[in-house]
Amino acid sequence: MTTRTRSGTLLTVAAWLVGLIFVAPVLWMVLTSFHSETDAATNPPSLLAPLSLEGYRSFLDSGPWPPLLNSVTASVLSTALVLVLALPAAYALSIRPVRKWSDVLFFLLSTKMLPLVAGLLPIYLFAQVTGLLDTVWLLILLYTAMNLPIAIWMLRSFLAEVPVEMLEAAQVDGASLSRTLREVIAPVIMPGIAAAGLICFIFSWNELLFARVLTSTVASTAPVFLTGFVTSQGLFLAQVCAASFAVSLPVLAAGFAAQDKLVQGLSMGAVR
Amino acid sequence: MTAPATKVTPRGSRITTVEGRTPEGMGSQGAMRQAGAWARRAPLLPALIFVIVMTQLPFATSVVISLMNWNAYYPDERGFTGFDNFARVVTDTNTREAVVVTVLLTASVVLVSLLLGLGIALLLDRRFRGRGVVRTMMITPFLIVPVAAALLWKHALYNPEYGLFNGLLTMLFGSDAPQPDWISSFPLPAIITALVWQWTPFMMLILLAGLQSRPMDVVEAARIDGAGAWQIFTHMTLPHLRPYLELSALLGAIYVVQNFDHVFTITSGGLGTANLPYFIYQTFYTAQDYGRASAAGVVTLLGTILIAMLALRTVLSLFKEESR
Repeated sequence: MTTRTRSGTLLTVAAWLVGLIFVAPVLWMVLTSFHSETDAATNPPSLLAPLSLEGYRSFLDSGPWPPLLNSVTASVLSTALVLVLALPAAYALSIRPVRKWSDVLFFLLSTKMLPLVAGLLPIYLFAQVTGLLDTVWLLILLYTAMNLPIAIWMLRSFLAEVPVEMLEAAQVDGASLSRTLREVIAPVIMPGIAAAGLICFIFSWNELLFARVLTSTVASTAPVFLTGFVTSQGLFLAQVCAASFAVSLPVLAAGFAAQDKLVQGLSMGAVR
Repeated sequence: MTAPATKVTPRGSRITTVEGRTPEGMGSQGAMRQAGAWARRAPLLPALIFVIVMTQLPFATSVVISLMNWNAYYPDERGFTGFDNFARVVTDTNTREAVVVTVLLTASVVLVSLLLGLGIALLLDRRFRGRGVVRTMMITPFLIVPVAAALLWKHALYNPEYGLFNGLLTMLFGSDAPQPDWISSFPLPAIITALVWQWTPFMMLILLAGLQSRPMDVVEAARIDGAGAWQIFTHMTLPHLRPYLELSALLGAIYVVQNFDHVFTITSGGLGTANLPYFIYQTFYTAQDYGRASAAGVVTLLGTILIAMLALRTVLSLFKEESR
C-alpha cells in the first residue's frame, strides 16, 4: 500500500510538472509583457523586475484597433452565418434525415480536409474581379465556408442526443414544428450551439493565410497585424509579448468557456 | 465520456414510419413522397450549396489554371500548356524539397505530440489534487493564436541574446554558458518544437476522452484477476485507444500539413524550412507564377486526399460504433 501511495504521489508530481512546463511559455509571455523593454531583454532573465505597462502602451500606440475590429467583425459575423446555415442542415441530417444523410455528412467532412492553400489563387482572382479584395466581406464568406462543415458535424452530434421519446411524445401531442423546436430541441442543444459557435469563432480569429493574401490596408485582421509588428528597430520584446497576449485573449476566453465541449468540437463530434 | 450509443440511424427510420403513414395508401403517393423528400432536403440545401460553391469551385478552377501558362508579370503569354507546370513542379528541386519538408514536419509533429499527448493523458487519467488545474494548464498552449505562439517562440524563447532558453542556460551555468542560435542552427526542429507545444494538448484532449470511455469494470476485473499495470495497458488500454489514436493523428496531420503561420513567422521559409503551403504562397504571391502555384496546389491536394481518405475511414468506423 505504501509503495502504491508513493508512486501515486510521484505521478501527481509528474502531472503537475508537465502541466507547468506546457503553460510556462504562456506565463513567460504574460510576465514579459508587463516588463519594461530594458528588463525584458536581459540575459539572464530578470524575473523580479518591476512591472510596467510600457509594452501595452506601445502596442496600443501602434494602431491595433482597426485590425482588431476587423477580426471581431469577420469572426463574429462568420460565426453567426455558420450557425444560421448549420442549424437547419444539422436538423436535416439527424432529426428528420434526408436520404443518404451519411454521404452528405462525409462529403462535408472531406471538404474540411482539402488544403485551403490549393484554393487560394482562384479565390484571389475571383476577389480581384468582383472587387471584394481587401474587404471584410470576403473573409466572412471564406471563414463561413471553412467552419460550416465543423459546425454541422458538431451540431448533428448534439441533436443526436435529443431523446427519441421526447420527439415522439411531442408528435403524439400534436405539437407544431416550431413548438417542438423551441420546447423540445432547443433546451437540449443550447450548450452545443454555444460550443460550436465558440469553436468557429476561435478558428476564424486565428486564421492568417487568407487574411494575409486577400487583405492589405483596409481589412487586415489581428493575426496579419501581428506579423507586421516586428519591423520596428530597437527593443520590442515586451511589445511583442503584450500584442501576442492581447490578441490571444479572446481565444483563451472562448476556449476556456467551451472547455467541456472542446474535444467534441475538435474531433467534429466523433469523440465525446 | 462517450455517451451510451445514441441511435442515429434507427431514429431516422422510426420517425419516417410515423410520418410516412399518411401518404401511404393514398392516390398521389409518389408525388407526396417526393414533396416530403424535398421538404426534408430544404433545410440542408443552403448550407450544402454554400459549401459546394465555396470549396469545390476554387479547387476545380485550380486544376484548370494548373494546366495554363499564366504568370501575372507576363499577361500576354497566357495560354494552355497541358502538363508543363506539373513537369516543372516534379523536376524542380525547390518543390521536391518542399514536399520533403512537408512530410518531415507533419510526421514529426504528429508523432511527437501523439506520444507526449498519450503520456500526459495517462497521467491525467487518475484522480489527484488539482487535476482540473493541470488540465487547464495543458490546454492553454492550444488557445494561443498560432501567429502569436510563433512570435513568442521566435523572440521570447529562441532569441540567442535575450530569449528565455539562453537566459536559463546563463542562470544555470554562469556567464560562460553555451548560447546557441537555436533557429539558425536547428531551423526545422525549432519549428517542430513550437508546433508540438501547440498540438500536444489537442492529442491529449482526444486521448483523455478515449481513456475515460474505457469500461472500468472490465479493467477492475482484470486487476482483481492479477493483471499487472503494463499488461492492462498493452492488452486493454491500447486496443481500446486505437481508434482515438488514429483519429487524433489523422486530424492533427490534416491541420499540420496545412501549417503556414509557423513557417512564415519563425523562418520565413528560409534555411530549408519552406513547406508546400509556404512554397505555394511564395510562388503565387511573390513570383506571381499562377500556373505553377496551381500545379503545386493540385499536388498538395492529391497528397492530402490520400491522408484524408484514411482519416475519413477512421471517422466512419467511430461513427458506426457510435450509432450501433
